[in-house]
Amino acid sequence: LCRECKRLTILNSELFTLTYGALVTQLCKDYENDEEVNKQLDKMGYNIGVRLIEDFLARSSVGRCQDFRETADVIAKVAFKMYLGITPSVTNWSPAGDEFSLILESNPLVDFVELPDNHSTLVYSNLLCGVLRGALEMVQMAVDVKFAQDSLRGDNVTEIRMKFIKRIEENLPAGDE
Amino acid sequence: MAIFSVYVVNKAGGLIYQFDNYVPRAEAEKTFSYPLDLVLKIHDEKVVVSFGQRDGIRGMSSVATSSGVFRILLFAIGSQLSPEVGSSGIEMLETDMFKLHCFQTLTGIKFIVLADPRQSGIDALLRKIYEIYSDFALKNPFYSLEMPIRCELFDQNLKGALEIAEKAGNFGPGS
Repeated sequence: LCRECKRLTILNSELFTLTYGALVTQLCKDYENDEEVNKQLDKMGYNIGVRLIEDFLARSSVGRCQDFRETADVIAKVAFKMYLGITPSVTNWSPAGDEFSLILESNPLVDFVELPDNHSTLVYSNLLCGVLRGALEMVQMAVDVKFAQDSLRGDNVTEIRMKFIKRIEENLPAGDE
Repeated sequence: MAIFSVYVVNKAGGLIYQFDNYVPRAEAEKTFSYPLDLVLKIHDEKVVVSFGQRDGIRGMSSVATSSGVFRILLFAIGSQLSPEVGSSGIEMLETDMFKLHCFQTLTGIKFIVLADPRQSGIDALLRKIYEIYSDFALKNPFYSLEMPIRCELFDQNLKGALEIAEKAGNFGPGS
């Protein structure tokens, strides 16, 4: 097996699901408030995203995207595939081309998970929103990411809505336009 | 040693990692007889005179001083000097004594390698160093972004990569 394949097969997805579940339930105990837990998950996701982007860029041969559509494709077809083994579809583009949805048929984070009634406003997979936000910020894109639909909360599919806010100019690498 | 130095520069232009791989020439030579009237000690893995400094015998000063020249301002200067519009900085600087290679990531981190002009495979080495950075620095939760890299595993793996590059370099396919 090549080195990359070995790396991917070593991690057992059940352990991953259990680890994430332990994280969420501990946050629920610590904060006792769904909104606060959602915020913490987003923050943790952000800290993961700012690191994960370098791993992604180092390992994939993806260069700078020309526009937001290309970004959407790279996220869905390369990044999600690489890290979660799933390929969401990109749909619902806004007329201005600055907003789109990722439709997730399945989500490894929520295997075997059911939300109880007392956590109806918990966005269980909110970590993903933070990851996407943090990763894109490191390549000079400010985006807003949130769950528009959540299969855990009764919707048919899970939909992540991503909106481009602006280019981050201050720390642009020298020479980039 | 065909690869002289490796530097990592953060987004703000600060040097966060430096590795120098060459043996400095002795700056001064003097013969002593026993007993020595100097006291030597080990500091930062270099021999330094801690008492009795005189006659230019100061032990080995940090090899960083001469390489301080190759700092980050190269980028700002490089963009200004370039005859091309939209230049993103210096990618390669060649002189008789060395070749300076630079790789800038989309996130603004810069990896710089100073090597013998005849050394090949530096592009591949730069990509490898990026991988090593994304593994041993970034995946260490105790390492803070943009801060100096003080991770042993990073050092070890970097040295390993340099060894491989040096061995394969002159005989392998060009970079």
